[in-house]
Amino acid sequence: MTKYIGKSVKRLEDKRFLTGQGKYTDDIKLVNMAYAYILRSPYANATINNIDISEAKAQPGVAAIYTGADIPESIAGVPCGWQVNFKNGDIMKEPPHPLLVRKKVRHVGDGVVMIVADSRAIAKDASELIDIDYDIHDAVTDPKKAAEPGAPLVHEELPSNVCFDWELGNPKDEVAAALASAAHVTELDFTNQRVVPNAMEPRSAIGHYDTAYDRYTLHTSTQNPHLTRLLMCAFVLGIPEHKVRVVGPDVGGGFGSKIFHYTEEALVTYFSKILGRPIKWTADRSEAFLTDAHGRDHVTNAKMGFDANGKIVALQAYTYANMGAYLSTFAPAVPTYLHGTLLQGLYTTPKINVDVTATFTHTNAVDAYRGAGRPEATYLLERLLDLAALEMKVDPAELRFKNFIPAFDGVTQPGYQTQVALQYDSGNYEPVLKRALEMVGYEAFRQEQANQTNGKLLGIGFSTYIEACGIAPSAVVGALGARAGLFESAQVTVQPTGKVSVYTGSHSHGQGHETTFAQVVADKLGIPIEDVEIIHGDSDRVAFGMGTYGSRSLAVGGSAIVKSLEKVLEKGAKIAAHLLEASADDLEYNDGKWTVKGTDKSVAFGDVSLTAYVPHNYPEGIEPGLDFSSFYDPTNFTYPFGAHIAIVEIDKETGAIKLKRFIAVDDVGNVINPMIVDGQIHGGLAQGIGQALHEGAMYDEDGQLINGSYMDYCMPRADDFPSFEIDRTVTPCPHNPLGVKGAGEAGTIGSTPAVVNAVIDALWKGGHEVKDIKMPMTPERVWNAMQD
Amino acid sequence: MIPTSFDYKKANSVEEALSMLGDDTQILGGGHSLIPALKLRLNSPGTLVDISKISSIKEISDGGDSIAIGGGATHASIANDKSLDQYCPMMGQAAREIGDIQVRNVGTIGGSIAHADPAADWPAILLAADARIVVQNKNGSREIAADQFFKGFFETALEEGEIITAIHIPKSQKNSNSCYVKFKQPASRFAIVGVAAAVEMDGSVVKSARLGLTGVGEFAYRATAIENALTGKPLNETTINEVVQNATENTNVMSDHFASEKYRAHLANVYLKRALRKLG
Repeated sequence: MTKYIGKSVKRLEDKRFLTGQGKYTDDIKLVNMAYAYILRSPYANATINNIDISEAKAQPGVAAIYTGADIPESIAGVPCGWQVNFKNGDIMKEPPHPLLVRKKVRHVGDGVVMIVADSRAIAKDASELIDIDYDIHDAVTDPKKAAEPGAPLVHEELPSNVCFDWELGNPKDEVAAALASAAHVTELDFTNQRVVPNAMEPRSAIGHYDTAYDRYTLHTSTQNPHLTRLLMCAFVLGIPEHKVRVVGPDVGGGFGSKIFHYTEEALVTYFSKILGRPIKWTADRSEAFLTDAHGRDHVTNAKMGFDANGKIVALQAYTYANMGAYLSTFAPAVPTYLHGTLLQGLYTTPKINVDVTATFTHTNAVDAYRGAGRPEATYLLERLLDLAALEMKVDPAELRFKNFIPAFDGVTQPGYQTQVALQYDSGNYEPVLKRALEMVGYEAFRQEQANQTNGKLLGIGFSTYIEACGIAPSAVVGALGARAGLFESAQVTVQPTGKVSVYTGSHSHGQGHETTFAQVVADKLGIPIEDVEIIHGDSDRVAFGMGTYGSRSLAVGGSAIVKSLEKVLEKGAKIAAHLLEASADDLEYNDGKWTVKGTDKSVAFGDVSLTAYVPHNYPEGIEPGLDFSSFYDPTNFTYPFGAHIAIVEIDKETGAIKLKRFIAVDDVGNVINPMIVDGQIHGGLAQGIGQALHEGAMYDEDGQLINGSYMDYCMPRADDFPSFEIDRTVTPCPHNPLGVKGAGEAGTIGSTPAVVNAVIDALWKGGHEVKDIKMPMTPERVWNAMQD
Repeated sequence: MIPTSFDYKKANSVEEALSMLGDDTQILGGGHSLIPALKLRLNSPGTLVDISKISSIKEISDGGDSIAIGGGATHASIANDKSLDQYCPMMGQAAREIGDIQVRNVGTIGGSIAHADPAADWPAILLAADARIVVQNKNGSREIAADQFFKGFFETALEEGEIITAIHIPKSQKNSNSCYVKFKQPASRFAIVGVAAAVEMDGSVVKSARLGLTGVGEFAYRATAIENALTGKPLNETTINEVVQNATENTNVMSDHFASEKYRAHLANVYLKRALRKLG
């Protein structure tokens, strides 16, 4: 009965994308629409003495100019959606993030004035006539320096720049004792640098107020239309939710950065009513660099202890996490519950403690970025393991085999309880590494490495990762500080003719849901995939949704669809039984029809659906219609895992790194569409390897982003990569109906440390026993490491 | 990314273009440096004079003792030109490494050298090739030797009201034995160090050499001391290691977050050696 599931069905949405017919927010033009340009602070920390808009306001075509003074005091700003408490129980510091700054700007790019005009060009020209008088102050950009006494304060009303401190795991003294008794301790100081998400489509938002219906519409490039509506209505503007429609049409990539509710969305919505015209704002690329929530930016010290047999005995990690100037929607969750909770990794480490200090700095906000916390945790663990192997002169693969958690299926065997709160659902870790070693040809590679004579340095790096996806059980995340549930909804409407419309709260912005979800529906109902339509991204069409991030769509959103499909089939069976004059228990459903077992009497899905809507000959006590909604709240996270291996070659004369091979064996549970999963893995690898080799946002001491363009910020390109060698194992998720775990972030999470480890390995083989090369590992950084 | 408003004039001939030039005008070639500068509002001319449609300056032709490349010839047309591959292989090698296909299809050699980005490829090559740059103004035309053309940081010998109509690449022994090697800035893919080498051999020893370097200093330059030191020596590993010691002598070496002064100077030597090894 799986005509579609497990098959590489070509993406149904690609026709419109490849022919330029995708409809993105900026493609939408409304009657009488005006265009907004936001004048932003050029300084990281400055007091505004005066804003003179008089000349700009007088320009022809300028409709209105708004400053913070035009926004009522009751609108404090955009909220944070996750609360983390200090160790002492105090609530985290949560200063307001105003829609437009009134008095003090706190990062380069902070919005100060919104100019609205008949065209984008007029608005931009007018912005140059606005005179803002600033007093400029010192800035702090480094998360660790921000915590030091005397650091310039980001929010002067707070006693320090510390947003919260937090700790998880075993008591520190127990971890310290275990480390003290260890035969070997590996210690590493490193930075997981700041990266810019760089979605291909910049953010865009159109606010429109309809006086006839007293109703707002916000079109916005978002991963999360319903949550945006909830946050904006209930926590920012105080507009009744039923009076607002939020549409996230086609969205050109997000990587996390479009989960969050941004100031511009509230600005165009609020001022569209005041102006009496729709207002569109679209970020240009420079604004995207400055204001799309960034990712990572951790400064970490970590120690891992081993006994004489190479078994890990303890892990202690201290991290400073940069929040930026304001708390973005999910920022506090990233270094805590999405990072600290993953420090068990795939290993049986008996004592783990993680201590995190989150600080405000004069930089753009940092929040979830593809992987969100799990890449940071994986980087920490996997760097320590490969470094420990070098220091102890043992094989890094062997070291992992020695420490893997034994296999458990989560059905006949219980899940694995970690030292850091989570319980893994199912896992079988040895096979992924074994397969990866096989693909590499490990022994032959080590021979080649030992015998190398071409003046280059060969290195191999490992990363065996776990991640928590399928975010997440609402009660669990609620207890951890989430201010929202993390279930998903799905409505399955069977039309009278047997065609099926599915309304999902998941949101596709590159993932291919219109294909994958349709595969599931078509197979479960035994109907052609062409008979299925997937609808998403519109709060007027989809009743509720929690959006797409954390590799949750299929595991959570797909499960909600399955629940509704089960209800459709259950009711359909009752109707079919009536038509067949049989008992529902005697029917079986196959190939799109109900058959009386052991007979050739059957009724097709389309006949049942028609009967449901034309109920002339109809069972008593059954409602007409064939339409079901479901909400699915998962019982656990899902835990994909995998083994990544990088092989690099270093040019000794220049330090240039060539990534020669990259092998990834991932276990993402059951796979609905192998081609789409492969694509997700490839893209994730490119992004993770990109962080290791190329990407990195650089703020100078004054808080200026000095590489805010593609001339200076290096995005990885296809010719930077070898052809990826990928494979899979399948360990089904035991707690959702499809047995799926999630594949959107795996490539990003696993790959980064593998590449860095490979470079370190190569350097050690060349006699340069360095512990770390800062990411991105530019040729000069590698070359410097060889000048000892 | 919206420029200030400007007027746009399309020229169909060099003469027409020259008549359109005046106060507050800017010549538009392929636009790959100019348009981003306009969009970032680093430049805001009143009028753009588009010379990219002038067919007479887009051709590559045989000029007898030289190859004549029109100032409006695209990087792609240079990359695909067989005669250049024969008479001056470093031209095609460089052209094929510029930007990406889209950039090569529209960007022009004349636009590039007029802009004189210190990290652009062409200046090093034109220096090594001993190229002559033909420019025209309302009163006529003049030729400028590449050695006299690149004057400083984004600064050339071009004067107001002049258009680059052609670049002549001599069909010399040196140019037929030439190559270009480049260490790319990973984001922009401009040169952190680009070395163009043209070496004429006399039997097994170097008769003469021209070595152009870009990306290193504030403008492209020739490593004349090394050129001289090579002369009369066999082009082998011993010579190369002995002669290429300080490729940045008398140069104010640039420094940025991709390459410090020290590292850039080191790379200049490494890449100069690599270029010579390819010809040895």
